[in-house]
Amino acid sequence: MRAEGVLVRTPEGIEFDLPLAGPFSRMLAFAVDFAAIAAAGALLARLAGPLQIISADAAQTAITVLYFAISLLYGILTEWFWRGQTIGKRLLGLRVVEASGLRLRPSQIIVRNLLRFVDLLPALYLVGGVCCVLSSRLQRLGDIASGTIVIRTLQLKEPDVDQFLGRKFNSLAEQRHLAARLRQKVPTKVAHLALEAILRRDEIRPGARLVLFREFADYLKALVPYPADVIEQLTDEQYVRNVVDVLFRHISLDTTALKTKPHPLSAGG
Amino acid sequence: MILDLPRFVEAERPHWTALEKTLAWFDMNPGGRLTIEEAAKFHALYERAADDLTRVAIFAAEGELQRYLAWLVSRAYAEIHEARHHTPFRPWRWFTVEFPSTFRRHIRAFQLAALLTLLGAVFGAFAIHYDPDAKAVLMPFDNLRLTPAERVAIERAQQGQQLTGRKGSFSAQLMTHNTQVALTTLALGMSFGFGTVILLFYNGLLLGAVALDYITGGQTIFLLGWLLPHGVIEIPAILIGGQAGLVIAHALIGWGDRSSRAERLRHISRDVVTLAGGVAILLVWAGLVEAFVSQYHEPVVPYGLKIAFGLIEALLLTMFLSRRGLSREVRSAR
Repeated sequence: MRAEGVLVRTPEGIEFDLPLAGPFSRMLAFAVDFAAIAAAGALLARLAGPLQIISADAAQTAITVLYFAISLLYGILTEWFWRGQTIGKRLLGLRVVEASGLRLRPSQIIVRNLLRFVDLLPALYLVGGVCCVLSSRLQRLGDIASGTIVIRTLQLKEPDVDQFLGRKFNSLAEQRHLAARLRQKVPTKVAHLALEAILRRDEIRPGARLVLFREFADYLKALVPYPADVIEQLTDEQYVRNVVDVLFRHISLDTTALKTKPHPLSAGG
Repeated sequence: MILDLPRFVEAERPHWTALEKTLAWFDMNPGGRLTIEEAAKFHALYERAADDLTRVAIFAAEGELQRYLAWLVSRAYAEIHEARHHTPFRPWRWFTVEFPSTFRRHIRAFQLAALLTLLGAVFGAFAIHYDPDAKAVLMPFDNLRLTPAERVAIERAQQGQQLTGRKGSFSAQLMTHNTQVALTTLALGMSFGFGTVILLFYNGLLLGAVALDYITGGQTIFLLGWLLPHGVIEIPAILIGGQAGLVIAHALIGWGDRSSRAERLRHISRDVVTLAGGVAILLVWAGLVEAFVSQYHEPVVPYGLKIAFGLIEALLLTMFLSRRGLSREVRSAR
């Protein structure tokens, strides 16, 4: 059975999921890295050009040794300096971490990159790809040997509730204690289904739409009853819209990390 | 528990942002270290975010917020709980003490690698002896398809001029190719050792077939002069690659070891890295010697000198691998 994520429990008793990266996104990241190494090789050949005036042999030696070193060390150095990320993994939003969620140790990075020699066999990452598909944690042989996993890093996408409610008055949100109870009691799946139903309302036939929103409204009304005077003017669809607005609208999170040089926790930072 | 979510988010957001900035700082400064005060602040932010994650977990519809907080907590957790001791890397000490010590620690795997190569050599020698026509299959290299006498005559006539103007690039090709072979032998340990065993046996087979071909062709001195200067380093290096592969295979199989496979692999990962690094250094030396010494024959360089050079290298390598770092091991054992 393949897991979608790896559950980590911290010593403080906090549990969180590390979402595993799929073989396709990993393949794309590898393609980007392969292109980066090829570009470095081409750049190297250009830089070695002037050396040919002195000695063609010296230029060829430098190209052969440096290209080999780059292709061998690229993954090791980038994953070390960028904490589990290469250029491809950065672009695709992936990161290598230890299977327990901890930071990578140098020996783990080196082993997982050295074992590419066998993961690449016989060609086009066949051994590594097959192993990854068959592994419950989507690990290639290098990952198994080094005890690492590749995870997806978060990309926050908050639902744009304004698009379906605008800035209209929401009578359900005014009842703050009931709104809080709604947020507490509505199961995640139901909340997302309701959101999906509103976003795709025009794709649903009118008759089916009436039935669907009536069922949603009945369920939600039973879950958190509102005073009759608050909801008497609302159609079933409007009721569901207002509930979704309550559930999903909160202050937008600013997750843009500031890449400042001085440490943010230091004085004045 | 009822929570006013917008107010909660508004109150907590500055702390999440501060934690996020610290994590971004770690990303931008790989070797960066926090002061005690900064570490305490960082830990407090982590604990606060972990607490917030627990509080938000009851809000079913807040999937995105939960994921965001889980991401923050997981990243901070990795930094805070990674408290394993990191020994600073000192290249000279690593090569002269750690590498030979690691080699000795896994000497049985090296002996097995040597035995497999020897078996391959015996098989190759027998194959050439009883079926000389098998030479084309066993030695698919142009210069080895000639009779030994033909090759010796050609190379003596060239007086080492065949590599004029390309010794450096030839040396680089040898280094990179041999390193690839050694690292592949190592990496194939992940096939439960089957791939490593096959490669070691095949290398031995080639070696045995070539050796017998030259010995029966009356070119033993040429063979020793050609092979010893670089072979005494190159062959042990590939055997050490095989040794590392067998160490991986042993950890995978786990005979007589009750710890989990992941633990066994974690236990040997540093040793595998050390052996791989040592192999790469040995092969750089072997590549240089092969291009700049081995390809010169009599009358340019006397065979006796080349053989003596090879024997001295072999002696030094044996002493290095068997003796270096031994006193430290004895001291630490006491």
